[in-house]
This record gives sequence, structure tokens and C-alpha cells, in this order.
Amino acid sequence: MDKIIIKKDNKPLMKMLHTLYYLIVFGLIFWGFSGIEYKGIMQTAASSLNALLDGFINPDLAYATNATVDGLPYAILETIAIAISGTFVSAIISIPFALLASQNIVGQKVSKVGKLIVTMIRTFPELILALIFISVVGPGAPAGILALGIHSIGMLAKLFSEAIESMDLGVKEALESCGGNYFEVLFRAVLPQVSPELISYTLYRFEINMRAASTLGLVGAGGIGAPLIFAIRTRTWPRAAVIIIVLVITVSIIDQISGRIRKKLV
Amino acid sequence: MEKITVPKPKRLRRNLIILTVTFLILGSAWFAGFNIFEVIGNLYKGSRLLGRMFLPPDLSYLPKIIPPMLETIQMALVGTFVGAIVALPTAVLAANNFIKTKWLHVPLRFILNIFRTIPAMVLASLFVAIFGLGAFSGVVALAIFTFGLISKLTFESIEAIDYGQVEALMSLGANKMNVLRYAIMPQILPQYTSYTIYGFEVNIRAAAVLGWVGAGGIGQTMEHNLAWRNFDKVGTIIIFTFVIVLVIDLISAAIRKRLV
Repeated sequence: MDKIIIKKDNKPLMKMLHTLYYLIVFGLIFWGFSGIEYKGIMQTAASSLNALLDGFINPDLAYATNATVDGLPYAILETIAIAISGTFVSAIISIPFALLASQNIVGQKVSKVGKLIVTMIRTFPELILALIFISVVGPGAPAGILALGIHSIGMLAKLFSEAIESMDLGVKEALESCGGNYFEVLFRAVLPQVSPELISYTLYRFEINMRAASTLGLVGAGGIGAPLIFAIRTRTWPRAAVIIIVLVITVSIIDQISGRIRKKLV
Repeated sequence: MEKITVPKPKRLRRNLIILTVTFLILGSAWFAGFNIFEVIGNLYKGSRLLGRMFLPPDLSYLPKIIPPMLETIQMALVGTFVGAIVALPTAVLAANNFIKTKWLHVPLRFILNIFRTIPAMVLASLFVAIFGLGAFSGVVALAIFTFGLISKLTFESIEAIDYGQVEALMSLGANKMNVLRYAIMPQILPQYTSYTIYGFEVNIRAAAVLGWVGAGGIGQTMEHNLAWRNFDKVGTIIIFTFVIVLVIDLISAAIRKRLV
């Protein structure tokens, strides 16, 4: 009977390369650890941890039920509003960017430039965008909407262009062969075909933006972030706890709903 | 001859959905006080700030921001490493096809979900309150956030593996550890590595801004300069951060493409 021989990758060059990769990775991690100095836990750590847990046991319920502009419900609603508007703005702007980055629409060379532009947008931190927009429209929710709207293009346009690149080209070619002009091809062949994926990605980004919108308040761009950070800085733990609890519940519910819709779509 | 009846498409439901979504979008724009004309009318103010930042940026400041930038990279490296190491066994326990006891993976997933819902920035500010200012708090926050992210992605991959290999090993009498070692791990390791690198990408971006709450890295330097209104120095920091993040993104995307 034949023996089964498993061929191992024994080429010396490959082995050396693999060892080199491992060395680089471990070197990097070692270097990383060397830079993080552990100053020891503050003496107050135990008591502040206790106070924090105490805050979670006795959350500030008066704040949670305060229905005025200064209350928690308003701040949460504002956060959701920022996330919805920001996602919508970016989904609309992402479509032209996605077309520009799709190889089967604009050709190889242009798509490379488009992809680079999209990556550049993605790497620009949203907090800095928020700062820039605060100087335009002043502090408040609109600055947050604009920051999310621009920052999300980076991810949405990338995902959109991947969807467009993997679509069935037959419909597009059929329309082109019938003499359809550019916009007819776009609106009757390309977009209808990828629209379930587009909507699904937009919902996914909405989930992410919900989390992002809750930190934008840090620089004054509206939402729940400002009261939360303020409560943590002043160590008003009961209030910080109630905000975190409500935030986690809200984000989880939105995740569930949007996840269900996404499952149905694709 | 039989008549062919074409059923009318259900327009009502579709229109209702479109109406609801439009209402949601317009309602939230109104609630947040978003006014597109105001934005366009005030764009010149933004260009003034951009001018003070980038025309020209204070490039002589560059040598001074290299140490905090290195610290940012170190924070992301350590945070990703610790988070990813803890995430692998957790993901195995949280997957419902390897260990079939419900009481283990249901609560585990619940905890993982909570970790993922709390933004890294909020975690960082909590840890700053406990551990004090500095990179250590940031690393703990990043590690916990990465742990939640990678565990979730990995347990989903474990649930989606090709079960034939597991059954083949079981039919030969392999125990659980052997199944894990020879059937599950080889299938998910490339994806797990790819998720880890993705986590690093996310963490670099997060670490660059964690300094806002005092958790170390380049964000702290930027916050100080903004507070002093040294906009030309802020411009340098933004450009430098942007270049570093972009380079790391491109490298890691190239590695991930080769992995999966």
C-alpha cells in the first residue's frame, strides 16, 4: 500500500523568512511593553473603585427621569439623532466616492487613486474633524453630524466599492449595449443591484456611529459624551453609572434591531 | 387557456418603510438642529482655522512629538497583544459548536457584548480615574476593547468552520483537545491573525485620541497645544499622526490581504 506522505514546507529560505517574521513581531511587542511604564495603582484606586461600584448599585435615577434639556433622555435622543443624520449624510456622499474607487466602473488607474483618497479619509480622526467643524458651526450637535458624515465616508465608500466590484456585470453591459447613457446605467443597473448591500453596510456603520457619537461630546460636538466625561472627571459616580448603563442598553437595542434588519436584507 | 395573473407587488409595505425612514432622518436632523445653509454660510470660518493650522504648520515642532507618537504605537501594540491573547480561549468557549453547554457561552457572549458597547474613550476615562493619568490606563482600555472585538469576530469564525474535519477526527476517536488542536485551530488561525492585525489598525487610531482623557500618547500633546491655541503645532501633530496611521493602515491591509 502506498504510504501517505504529507509534504512539509521545508525550503530553507521560507523557514528563515518565517523565523524573521516571528522575530519582528516579538521584537515589536517587546518594544511596546518596554515603553508602557506601570506606575503602580494609585493609593486612591481601591476607594475610587469602591465608589464606582457603589455608583452602579445606586445610580442617579433622578437624572435618568429628568425630561428637560439637561436630562439623560434628551442627551440620549440627541446622540441617536447625531448618529442617524451623520450616517445618512455619509451614505449619500459615499456613493460617488465608491464609484470612483470601483475598478469595474472607472478603470484600474482611476480606481487606485479613488481607493487612496478613501483610505485617507478613513485615517483622519473624527475628533479632529469634529474640532474643525466646531469652528465652522459652533459647538453642538451639527458639528458632530458633520464630523461623522465625513469620517464615515472612509469606511462606507470602501465597502460600497467592494460591493460594486463584486456585482454581476451582465445587467450593466445589457443596458450599455441598448444605448443607455451613464446615468441610466448607474440608476437602473448598478445601484439597484447593490442596494441591499449598500443599505446593510449603512446600517452597520450606523451601529458604529452610535458608539462614536457618544464620545464626540468630549470636544463639544453634542450628545451624551459631554455629560458622561464630566461626570467621570468630577467623580460623580452615580451619574456616570446611570449614563453608562443607559448607553449600553440603548446601543445593544440598536445593535439588535439593525442586526435583524441586516440579516433579512442580505 | 389559462390566464397568467401577475401578482401586484406589495407597494404599501415598501412605501411605509420609506416613509418611516425619511421621517427618522428628517426628524433627527431637525432634533439636532442641523441646518445645511448655516453650514455652507459659515464654511469660511473653518477655512480660517485650517489656515492657522496648516499654512504653514510649525515643522520645527516635529522632533518633539516623535516620543509621544512612539508611545502611541507602543500603547496600540501592547493593548492589541494582551487583548488578542485573552480573546482566543474566550472565543473557543463562546462558540456554540465546540462546547455545547449553554450556561457557559450565553453569559460569556453577554459580557463580550457589553465590552463592545462601551466606547474605548469611556473605558479609558474610567481607568484614568482608577489608575491615574498615563499610558497604562490607555493600554488597559485598549486591551479590554480589543478583547471584546476579536473574541466576537473569532467565535463567529469558529462557528462557521467546515465541520467535516471535526467529524473526521471524532470518528477516529480524537478527544476534545485534539479536535481543537488539529481541526479547529488550523482553520481559524489565519482569520484570527487577520482580526488581530485589524484590531491593531483600530487601536492605533483609538490610541491617537485617547490622550484627550489623559490616557497617554499623542492625543495628550495635541490637547495641551489646543488648550494653548498653538494651532500651527496642532497642524504638525495632525499631519504627523495622519501619515503614521496611513502607513500602518496600508501595511496592515497588505498583510491581511495575503493572509485570508
